[in-house]
Amino acid sequence: MYTASDLRKGLKIEMDGAPCVITDFQFMKPGKGQALYRCKIKNLITGGTVDKTFRAVDKIDKPNLEERDLIYSYQDGEHYVFMDSSTYDQVLIDAEVLGEQRHFLAEDMEVQILFHNNRPIEVTLPFFVEKTIEETEPGARGDTATNVMKPARIENGYEIQVPLFINQGDRVRIDTRTGKYADRVSKGF
Amino acid sequence: MNTGLQRLHAKRAALERRAACLRAIREFFHSRDFMEVETPVRLRAPAQERHIDAEPAGALFLRTSPELHMKRLLAAGYERLYQMGPCFRRNERGPLHHPEYTMLEWYRAAADYHDIRRDTIDLIRHVTRAVLGAEQFVWQGRTIRTNDEWSVISVRNAFMQWAGWDPVAAYEPDRFDLDLVEKIEPALREQESPVILTDYPQAAAALARLKPDDPDVAERWELYIAGLEIANAYSELTEPREQRERFNQCAEQRRAAGLTAYPVDTAFFAALEHGLPPCGGIALGVDRLVMLLADAPTLADVVAFTE
Repeated sequence: MYTASDLRKGLKIEMDGAPCVITDFQFMKPGKGQALYRCKIKNLITGGTVDKTFRAVDKIDKPNLEERDLIYSYQDGEHYVFMDSSTYDQVLIDAEVLGEQRHFLAEDMEVQILFHNNRPIEVTLPFFVEKTIEETEPGARGDTATNVMKPARIENGYEIQVPLFINQGDRVRIDTRTGKYADRVSKGF
Repeated sequence: MNTGLQRLHAKRAALERRAACLRAIREFFHSRDFMEVETPVRLRAPAQERHIDAEPAGALFLRTSPELHMKRLLAAGYERLYQMGPCFRRNERGPLHHPEYTMLEWYRAAADYHDIRRDTIDLIRHVTRAVLGAEQFVWQGRTIRTNDEWSVISVRNAFMQWAGWDPVAAYEPDRFDLDLVEKIEPALREQESPVILTDYPQAAAALARLKPDDPDVAERWELYIAGLEIANAYSELTEPREQRERFNQCAEQRRAAGLTAYPVDTAFFAALEHGLPPCGGIALGVDRLVMLLADAPTLADVVAFTE
């Protein structure tokens, strides 16, 4: 159990059986009254946010969370198969839990997976991944402006926006947190 | 310069504003014949309040307010006193709180909370004019006109209007505190003049006397500017027996909640037994007033060091 004085931004708590994270936190103390802790709380499964004010005497549940480093192996239909490199256990993760991040997975990539009561709820990829551009309109030579973008397909057919100077065969880095192009690693042929 | 020094350097405008506020406050009290006093920072017996925790300092405590010593001076015949200096409250930390902060308190003999209200209006107008050369200021996008007539709203009416219940008729402490921060303060934020929220339920009297012709409420008000709580004023309770009962009740509540109950301040009670003249007093958070006049969003912006 946590008490209200443990509350802070980023703390993970359990509310109504769901794992949640505190996204905003404010200490308040009206007049001669009691300390109050006003929180914005995001449900880690649904993504929904609620406001809740705790009193100093309130007890808050700790979620049963476990973070594990797993290695991505392969896709099997709607499932993505990961392996625990110490136990060789296989873990199946649904596409839904991965969200858009599934497009940036690569074989042998090490990812962090957060489990709530042994159920995977959140996957964290390395912040940057490298991908090869499979298909895009030819680049405008000499145009190195990065504010004008065009569509491009990466290896698995996923489409991202890249600057005009990027060509087919270029290798680019993508920020997995935003799903956006970050920079060019090397030019193609 | 390292980052710590850079941060200090970047606070220069805010700290100059702070210095101007302190100077204007002292000018005001000097011009009105109030005597500046200094009372102990380390106390054996802090005022017994249910929700205010004193920081231990060896065998003593750091003061949460200079109130009890100021009242001993009143009992000894001093009539107009003020003090500005550090006070300490344990575990209070947030955008509007810091465990060490600057409090301004002043007291007047032969006066009540109405007299203190007039002082406060004059003080805020004087400081605004002296510091900004204006009768109004903008805090975080909200314009506050200090020269407009200040709104005076009773706690009962505020709760009836914005929270839908009457805390004077039936006081519920948890609901009162929650609604105050979630309903009343946001509504007060919309007011363009400073607001006096007055006549608290008897159960929330703290050290205020009850209204002689309406003992369900205490002669206590709080000043709100732009929804920020700035000051707390009383017609002071001078009756020793009632004061003792209230402190005892707070001590019991503190013990029941697993908190330290403070020793009895025998010198304070001796002063009350000797006789405290009818008096009014107030505690005003100087850092928050500076925040308003510096258009700063948090208290840490107007304090040089916030370790």
